[in-house]
Amino acid sequence: MTGLAGSHPALLQMRGIEKRFPGIIALHQVTFDVAPGEVHCLLGQNGAGKSTLIKVLAGVHQPNAGRIVFDGQDVDFSSPDDAIKAGIGTMYQELDLVESLTVAENIFLGHEQTRGGFSSRKSEQSKARELLARLGHPEISPDMEVGELSAAGQQIVSMARALSREVKLIIMDEPSAVLDSEEVANLFDTVRTLTANGVAVIYISHRLEEIRMIGDRITVLKDGTAAASNLLVSETPNAELIRYMTGRTISSIFPPVRSLDERTPPVLEVKDLVIAPGHQPISFSVRAGEILGLAGLVGSGRSEILGAVYGSTKAVSGSVAVDGKKIRSGSTVAAVNAGMGLCPEERKSQALLLDDTLIANFTLPSIGRFATAGFTDGAREYRASMEQIEKLELRPADPRREARTLSGGNQQKIVLGRWLSHGCRVLLLDEPTRGVDVGARSEIYQLVSELAGSGIAIIVVSSELEEVLGLCHQVLVVSEQRIVHRAPAGELSEHQILDLVMEGSTL
Amino acid sequence: MSISTPPKLERAQAVVPRRSAMKWLLDAGLRRNLGLILALVLLCALGVLTAGDRFADSNNLMTILRLAAVTGVVSIGATFVITIAGIDLSVGAILALAAVWATTLSGQAFAESTSWIFMPLTAMLIGAAAGLLNGILIAYGKVVSFITTLAMMAAARGLAEIISDKKTQLITVDGFLQAVGGEVFGIPVIVVIFVVVAVAGWVLLNRTTFGRRTFAIGGNPEAARLAGIKVQRHTALVYTLAGLCAGIGAFMLMARTTTGSATHGTGLELDVIAAVVIGGTLLSGGRGSIFGTVLGVLIFSALTNIFTLNNLSLSVQLVAKGAIIVIAVLIQRQLAIRQSRT
Ligand SMILES: Nc1ncnc2c1ncn2[C@@H]1O[C@H](COP(=O)(O)OP(=O)(O)OP(=O)(O)O)[C@@H](O)[C@H]1O
Ligand SMILES: [Mg+2]
Repeated sequence: MTGLAGSHPALLQMRGIEKRFPGIIALHQVTFDVAPGEVHCLLGQNGAGKSTLIKVLAGVHQPNAGRIVFDGQDVDFSSPDDAIKAGIGTMYQELDLVESLTVAENIFLGHEQTRGGFSSRKSEQSKARELLARLGHPEISPDMEVGELSAAGQQIVSMARALSREVKLIIMDEPSAVLDSEEVANLFDTVRTLTANGVAVIYISHRLEEIRMIGDRITVLKDGTAAASNLLVSETPNAELIRYMTGRTISSIFPPVRSLDERTPPVLEVKDLVIAPGHQPISFSVRAGEILGLAGLVGSGRSEILGAVYGSTKAVSGSVAVDGKKIRSGSTVAAVNAGMGLCPEERKSQALLLDDTLIANFTLPSIGRFATAGFTDGAREYRASMEQIEKLELRPADPRREARTLSGGNQQKIVLGRWLSHGCRVLLLDEPTRGVDVGARSEIYQLVSELAGSGIAIIVVSSELEEVLGLCHQVLVVSEQRIVHRAPAGELSEHQILDLVMEGSTL
Repeated sequence: MSISTPPKLERAQAVVPRRSAMKWLLDAGLRRNLGLILALVLLCALGVLTAGDRFADSNNLMTILRLAAVTGVVSIGATFVITIAGIDLSVGAILALAAVWATTLSGQAFAESTSWIFMPLTAMLIGAAAGLLNGILIAYGKVVSFITTLAMMAAARGLAEIISDKKTQLITVDGFLQAVGGEVFGIPVIVVIFVVVAVAGWVLLNRTTFGRRTFAIGGNPEAARLAGIKVQRHTALVYTLAGLCAGIGAFMLMARTTTGSATHGTGLELDVIAAVVIGGTLLSGGRGSIFGTVLGVLIFSALTNIFTLNNLSLSVQLVAKGAIIVIAVLIQRQLAIRQSRT
């Protein structure tokens, strides 16, 4: 589907878009075009302004300057409502669902189905069921509370919601970040149906291979300006995209895997851990300097394993020991005291103090160290935070900003920085590069590798098999709450892991 | 273009318990309020044990309901406010202002010469107007609800004192006293009003788009905004509704006491918040139950009744009330935890 640009009148034209936030210019003179029926990919590093651009389009932010022409008309959206009415559906990067409402209620929020003035639960439920089935998820029940769903399930609901209205353009801001490969394939099927019907899609992702699979054209943002516009996917190699995004060339994204001395003693030992009643006991150990990967599908139980090891959920039986000392089960305090750190999967709900400064976020577990007789030392906290910001190349480099105002990928870096400044013996990373751009990703890999080199034991949970294989020494394949296979990363391939996962799940 | 439906894995089904409509109803009604129903039953048993027939008597039942009616109606409005994670401390003062305004000499003379209906209408109008002012300040002025309504609480009470000159205004409009103060089929009219408002409130919260959006705003205001809901306007409307309910409560209290006074509804806001919260509406927003609120109100008035029948002092009542609040909330929590596990 190339050459769309010339043949069709544009569906959307954004011209000279300018958006300033206090102390930062998020968008500067951005021009962006979308043709009907195309998948236009928006690329750029964390904080480049992708989400800001689409929020301007969706009526969430009002631009300081610029012109938007949508479907042949000059538009000026003063609220999300206006954009929705014009036919723009949006799946936001940070999930925008009401957890205490049901799936159907969320899907029809803002355009509830009514009969005689009363909301009609029946027709909402049947329409919701139909939509979910179309998306390949008939098993999600419309009357389930959204808070009970996994992140992936919530993403599906968000998708169903965007599809529940008549739309001409759908914006998807990193929809695949919480999906595994099978669900991404599902998503792409839906996207293809949409575009075949003339609906245009704006697709944001940090995974270049996805853009190869689904995209027609690409616009790259860098530091709030369009670094390249309307590149044809078929004619632009990855290296070029990365250069546009980062301004430099990155040859290999993974650092070389450090060799491990077979004689180093284990730091973390997990013995016969039963996570929930009826589950099989799990045992494994991680040595100093070793990176252990947990591979598997979303929902296969990898995060639950981390949770039980860390003590955020109480295991039924079994033991966890750090440096040979057993840790009281079900106590995160004991875990942190023993030198464990966890970067959880859901940064927004499980890790960040969104309304607090970066400083407060960094020093949360180690605040005692920055205090004398209970009084905190602001200057030292500031310095320690600044150090992490530099190490992680966090943007904007201002420790006094609220975490909420940072872009998604940069928020992820805050969580990592928290444990780096705390210093630990065992680091548990749950999807550490979710939503992180290519440049920062290779930095995080580098960092993880260095941490391991300094003698820390690390566990990485990731849905990206490439990441597990490229970064880890040893891999455990998890399926259906069980460890179905263990092998050194060098002896596994992506295909093998996928086969193991599927096999395990049909047993 | 066909969408392929790849074989789904078990994990997907494992996380999805199906809920039938019937079970949902049980959930929403009985099971979620089991603790409260239990508490009410226990209280009734206590009443029968200590006061015997004087408690278990249809006249006494009406006394309890009459006692519950005013607080009940105001609590219905407050349930909406607390569901959007707000708080309204001004309902008692608004009630007083509305009552005083509706019972001025000139007002009563006007009602006498035209129709008694103008007295309840005035009360409702004043209540709604004060609520709207709260709502505008909170939604558009972005002043937190606690402060806004604290200010309104002082101002409305003060204004009521100015208008009434701190004197109790006797109601002389017979039409009003007979209509609102009377009975239909042996049931006091104010009890009927309570029932009507409660049912209307339940429908509004659970069966209309207004209610749906109320839950959404309480659960996640940002998500509601992104979904295209006019969050500010809705918030203002919710406080207006709370004011309106205070206005309705005002003319009900006028009928019960045959007076309008600046001291009406003193401390009512705390009774209201207590009833709503033990009814299972979360102060953090997103969850609210009208049924629970009604039960909460009934528990408190049954308690007061039992204590009065046994000639116990007001001070003892207060201690018991405090204990009830804590116990009820603890029971609710336990049930909620058990439910989320199953
Ligand atoms: N509400 C806000 N207030 C202040 N600054 C903001 C706000 N929203 C975004 N920014 C800033 O604007 C810049 C662009 O952020 P944006 O979220 O658009 O990045 P992004 O390209 O979507 O990044 P990511 O890939 O990490 O999601 C960042 O520097 C961010 O800190
Ligand atoms: Mg973004």
